[in-house]
Parts: sequence; structure tokens; C-alpha cells
Amino acid sequence: MRSIEYAGIATAIAFLVSYPVAYWIAFRGGRWKNLLLLFIIAPFFVTYLIRTLAWQTILADHGFVVNTLQNLHVLGSGGRLLATGTAVVAGITYNFLPFMALPLYVSLEQIDPRLIEAAEDLYANKIRAFLRVTLPLSLPGVVAGTLLTFIPAAGDFINAQLLGGPDNHMIGNVIQSKFLELSDYPAAAAMSFILMGAILAFVAIYAFIVGTEQLTGTAV
Amino acid sequence: MSAVAAQRPRARRSFVASTWTLVKRHVLTVYSILFFAYLMLPIVVVALFSFNNPVGQFNYTWQGFTWNNWRYWNGVPGIQSAIVLSLEIAFIASLAATALGSMIALALVRYRFRFRAATNILIFLPLSTPEIVLGASLLTLFLHFTFVPFGFWTILIAHIMFCISFAVVTVKARLIGFDRHLEEAAMDLGANEFVTFRKVTLPLIAPAVLAAFLLCFAISVDDFVVTYFNSGASVTFPIYVWGAARIGAPAQVNVIGTAIFVIAISGALANVLIQMRRAKHA
Repeated sequence: MRSIEYAGIATAIAFLVSYPVAYWIAFRGGRWKNLLLLFIIAPFFVTYLIRTLAWQTILADHGFVVNTLQNLHVLGSGGRLLATGTAVVAGITYNFLPFMALPLYVSLEQIDPRLIEAAEDLYANKIRAFLRVTLPLSLPGVVAGTLLTFIPAAGDFINAQLLGGPDNHMIGNVIQSKFLELSDYPAAAAMSFILMGAILAFVAIYAFIVGTEQLTGTAV
Repeated sequence: MSAVAAQRPRARRSFVASTWTLVKRHVLTVYSILFFAYLMLPIVVVALFSFNNPVGQFNYTWQGFTWNNWRYWNGVPGIQSAIVLSLEIAFIASLAATALGSMIALALVRYRFRFRAATNILIFLPLSTPEIVLGASLLTLFLHFTFVPFGFWTILIAHIMFCISFAVVTVKARLIGFDRHLEEAAMDLGANEFVTFRKVTLPLIAPAVLAAFLLCFAISVDDFVVTYFNSGASVTFPIYVWGAARIGAPAQVNVIGTAIFVIAISGALANVLIQMRRAKHA
């Protein structure tokens, strides 16, 4: 299912992109922490649709990004970004990034730096200390962030509509058009339920893997 | 100078270690700066294109600087009424949701009643459901409630519905850290329950109530998906943008977007700066 795939990729990218920043703010932010957090949520102060329209402008054909990529031959000369899956995933990633970064920050901020120092005193190198101490301790934030990103991303249809083409429609687009354009209410209602069910199943599997107490402790 | 020091063998080990931490710190810093640039990029684009002087109906490429979009911010048919409707709904919905949400939060924290656990789950449900499912379910509901015509009232009911959850969560967080001895003290001093609530409880939770109101307002103004499903023929600002996007959004949309951003960010910025100053003095 394309929705799950796009949402999954976007969630993974959002995690990889925002973890270092959350780490940076939590351990090196000092007294600027609150200001930096404000910058993280700054995109929310621009209407969701306008934000996405801005990406349309940025990724547009003959726009700056497309031209650069064409010059670097990453993209063929006729290649485009708009109306591709890449654009949709990029849009979703951007729009839900704060949902990922904030829980990560909260859990990283609670880690006592002395624990990491202790690990290093016990001859763990930086990478080992990170993998064995920092990462496991920030797991609640990872879980919360992933859920907060994945659930709305799976139901999103705005990015697919504005940034994608007809081939990139997600389940949200289908529900939307069935409900509002075709007035096929039973089918649309059924699809909404399938979406809910799929998300619940995903959350359940996820909870099974990472452990339930993490989930109930931090998810909301 | 440190490079010279590096040549000496005895200093080498510590130098390598310190450069490593230095490089690592800077990698993270540079990376974070890039991250923030990425976050700000669309906002800058929105602001920039609000000064664009577009040719034709597409506002995609830079054509030249102009103040006209700002001067004639309501120069596009429909945009002003859409903004007014958005603000009206946001104001009423936030007021209602904050009042109801605060009361629910009080009940949930203070009393043990029969459906307390169920209420807790119900409150979290709208927060964890994809918006599209929320919108679709409400649409199905309103289709059966034929006595509520689609438009202002359906949007308002929908907005109050999902705003309540946010209000409850915000106020509850404050109530959990609340010292009940203060209320008991007021009662001991002869205040009845109503006076205690008005003079002690309410002032103490007021910041959370205000925060809840602002949060609800922001969410309501910004909401598109749920509104889109339940608006009928009414047009709020996000719906206006959606409709405009299909035929090429006018630069005035960027003007409004930038204006909202500037107002909201200056409020938030002032708040953070005041906090920082307070923390410094304390």
C-alpha cells in the first residue's frame, strides 16, 4: 500500500534528520534551548497549505532545486521533481518534522550527561556509549515521535495532491474524492476504517517490538 | 598555533582527541544550522513571493518587487470573507472548547467517577486519529443530522470537538502539579467552594487556560482537512487557499500567510525572550 510506504519512508527520514538536531539542542543548547525549540515549531505558524504550496514553488520545473540537480546530472535534463513520489515524501517529511524533533528532544533532554560520562569512564568509546546509553535512553522519544509522525502522515492527502501526480495518490486522496466528489459514502467509510485498522495494526506490531510499557508511558 | 603543537609527538594524542571532539561538535553545529535553514526555507519563500509581481495567474517565478500585494491584501474576491469566517469560527470554537476542556480536565484530575478511564481514552482518541478519518466520520454524522445545515455550524461543532482534546491535555498538565492544600486553606479561612474556585483555583490555572485558548485558536485557524469535509459551501481561509491552489494561488495568499506568521512568531518570540531574561535574573 502506497500510503504506508510513503508514510514509513517519511517517518524514517524525519527520524534520521532530526535526531542529531534534537541531540544538539538537548546537550549543547545551553540557555538558547527555548529559542531553538521555537524555531523548530516555527513552520507551524505558517498555514499548512501555504507551507506545502511553498514547496511547490521550490520544487517547480525550472526552479532552483531542479536546475541544480539537472546541472549535477542527478536528474536527467527532462527530469522533474514535482508530481513524483519523491516530492510527496519530501513534503510529508518536512511537514511532520517538528512532530518528530520535539519528542526526541524531550527524551534526550532528560538524559543525565553523567551517565554518558560514566560509560566513557568505563572504557566505552563514543560510538559504543551512544549506542548503549544515549540511544536506549531516548527510546521513549523515538517511539512517541515515530507514532506522531506516522499516524497523520498515513492519512495525509494534501501533499500527494499538491506535490504529487496522479500516480502518487495516497489512501487519503481516494477517501477524499470518494466522499466529496463521487458521494460514494459506503465505500469511503469502509476505506476510512481500513486506514484506521491498518494504522492500529502497525501500532500494535510496533508496540510488540519495542515493548508496551514504552508506548503507554509516552505515546501521549 | 595549535597546529604547531600538533607536530610535537607528546602532544599528539591529546590533540587528535581534542580535534576529534572539536570536529564532532562543529559537524553537529553545522548540521543543525543546515537543518534550521531547511525548516525556514519555505517560510522565506512564502514571504519573498508575497512581494512578487506575478505575470498571469501563476506565482511561481520571481518577476519583480512590489508592495501592491500588501497594499491590496483583500484585492482578490472572496479572500476577506474567508479570513473573517476563519477568525470567527476560531474565536468561538476556542472559547467553547477551552471552557468545556478546562471543566473536563478538572473533573478528570479531581474526581474518581465511573467512566473516568473511558473519558480519558475518548479525549485522546481525536488526537491519535488521522484527520481524514475524523473529517469523514463527522461528515457521515452530519449527513444523518439533516437539521444542521452544512456550513458555519457544522464547521464550528467539528472545531469545538477536536479542540476540546487539546484544551483538556493542556489544562490537565497544569492541574497535576497543583497543590490542593491551597484550596483547603481557602476553605479553612471561610471561603465557600465557588469563592475558592474564583479566587484560588482559577488564577492558578489561568496560564494553562490561556495557553489552551491560544493553542485551540491556532489549530482551528489552520485546520483544513476536517473543515474541508464539513464546510458545505462555506469558505474558510485554508479552504480558500486550497481552491485557489488549483488555478494558481494569488500572491495575496502569501501576504496573509506571512502576516499570520509574523504576528504569531513575534508573540512567541517575546514570550521566550521574557522567559530567558527571567531565568538569567533568577
